[in-house]
Amino acid sequence: MEIARHWRLKDQRYNLIGSECSHCKKQYFPPREVCPACGKEIAKAYHFSGLGEVYSFTTIYEAPSGYDEEAPYTVALVQLEEGPLVTAQLTDLGAETPEIGMPVEMVTRRIRSDGDERGMLIYGYKFRPRLQKA
Amino acid sequence: MNMDTKNDVIIAGIGQVPVGEHWQASLRSLGVKAIQAALADSGGLKPGALYAGNMLAANLSRQAHLGVLLADYAGLSGIEAETVEAGAASGAAALRQACLAVRSGYVDTAIVVGLEKFTDVVGPEIEAALGTGFDADYEAVHGLTPAAQAALLARRYMHQHGMPADGLAGFALTAHANGAGNKNAMYRKAISLEAYQKAEPVSDPLNLYDLAPNADGAAALVLTRRENLAKEFPHPLVRVAASAAASDALALAERRDPLQFEAVRISTEQALEKAGLQREQVDLFELHDSSSIFAALILEAAGYAKPGAGWKLARDDSIALSGQIPCLTMGGSKARGNPGGATGVYQAVEAALQLRGSAGTNQIANARTALVQSIGGPAATAVTHVLVREE
Repeated sequence: MEIARHWRLKDQRYNLIGSECSHCKKQYFPPREVCPACGKEIAKAYHFSGLGEVYSFTTIYEAPSGYDEEAPYTVALVQLEEGPLVTAQLTDLGAETPEIGMPVEMVTRRIRSDGDERGMLIYGYKFRPRLQKA
Repeated sequence: MNMDTKNDVIIAGIGQVPVGEHWQASLRSLGVKAIQAALADSGGLKPGALYAGNMLAANLSRQAHLGVLLADYAGLSGIEAETVEAGAASGAAALRQACLAVRSGYVDTAIVVGLEKFTDVVGPEIEAALGTGFDADYEAVHGLTPAAQAALLARRYMHQHGMPADGLAGFALTAHANGAGNKNAMYRKAISLEAYQKAEPVSDPLNLYDLAPNADGAAALVLTRRENLAKEFPHPLVRVAASAAASDALALAERRDPLQFEAVRISTEQALEKAGLQREQVDLFELHDSSSIFAALILEAAGYAKPGAGWKLARDDSIALSGQIPCLTMGGSKARGNPGGATGVYQAVEAALQLRGSAGTNQIANARTALVQSIGGPAATAVTHVLVREE
């Protein structure tokens, strides 16, 4: 079931909370406790905007168990506005074909079902084409 | 005999089972076959330690503590026996541990066995098991697969470097041409460029021929110090001239530049320096071709091509048996088959065959030095060995 494991990651899954090094000001997602750039300890959370663009993408037809019912689906590396890359699925594409550089934004969606009889669903971030401002 | 050379690590024995779908053979039986073959080839050396390289047995066969199981079933019960895991580089990492043990003098003779058993489960369960090599919380949870990860790199590479759609074809063509001459290969038939171009897509832009087929296999090496060799040792001597390993961020997204395989660069440079060789002096390069794009990025990071030009070495036949830097000389993972964590041991066995002059129709004339490199994940681990034939 791994309930605690997924609960523990709620800030990351629902809000893209990473971390920022107080010394060299670099931002990380996922959060880190040691800054790879300067080697110092990181204690400060950083809330990413959820805006970014597609760095690369592909389609998965042969999926792992827990995901095979959703296949085919599109996974991407998304470059966040603040710099870090994030691995995530693209969603709500409609008739749009994804392309490198496409502006996207984070949304919360079901990521997978737990596959056992109690059927825990895991929610988290995906990215969709950025909606035009009204 | 001076102190330096008597401590040299020699590959005294090699053994392998053909890579394929071994429905009748269990994980342990595959491993034992390879161990027995390598021990017989070594002229009866008695190992004091066993290092097993395996990535997925705990998942696919629900078997941990594998080193001990193998030692026992190979009739070696009592000796030190451990498993080394470093993703798809597990076999190479096990080889490195054996080198360290033997070179240091703590162990006189060691056996390394790389093994993987994919066919205990099928389809989605294999993909889920392979996913354990990713960052579980930030990659695998999004349904990523090894093929998709390679495809993400390939699409970005095409975007940045303007590589044509069939630009990576040369890797599969070379691998399959060489697999034809390897009796232990899963596919022993050359393929045409047309076949590549028409192949079914797997994860766009990569197709069936860009991705090495997962299959069962086991290969083994006996390592000893020169001083332990029998006087009438039957083979040309193959020495491990250098061993080096490096790491990078586990998650592809957390690399400074995903298209630069830093661990490959570091471990290649360290290995060549320790061996006292320039990369131009290397006669063959057994590199890790679980996907065609990995092979291109490895050639670049290892310094054989500029960024964006690795694929051209395959297109121009520079990696063919008669080329400037022959690669995948026995078919690579694409044609020999991709035995997961066993790969690094197969690569070393194949390089040793070349250096002994026993590679048959695939023999590279007068091969003296081989670079053998295995990566885990998208080069989150890179383990590099230099093997040299003694004159």
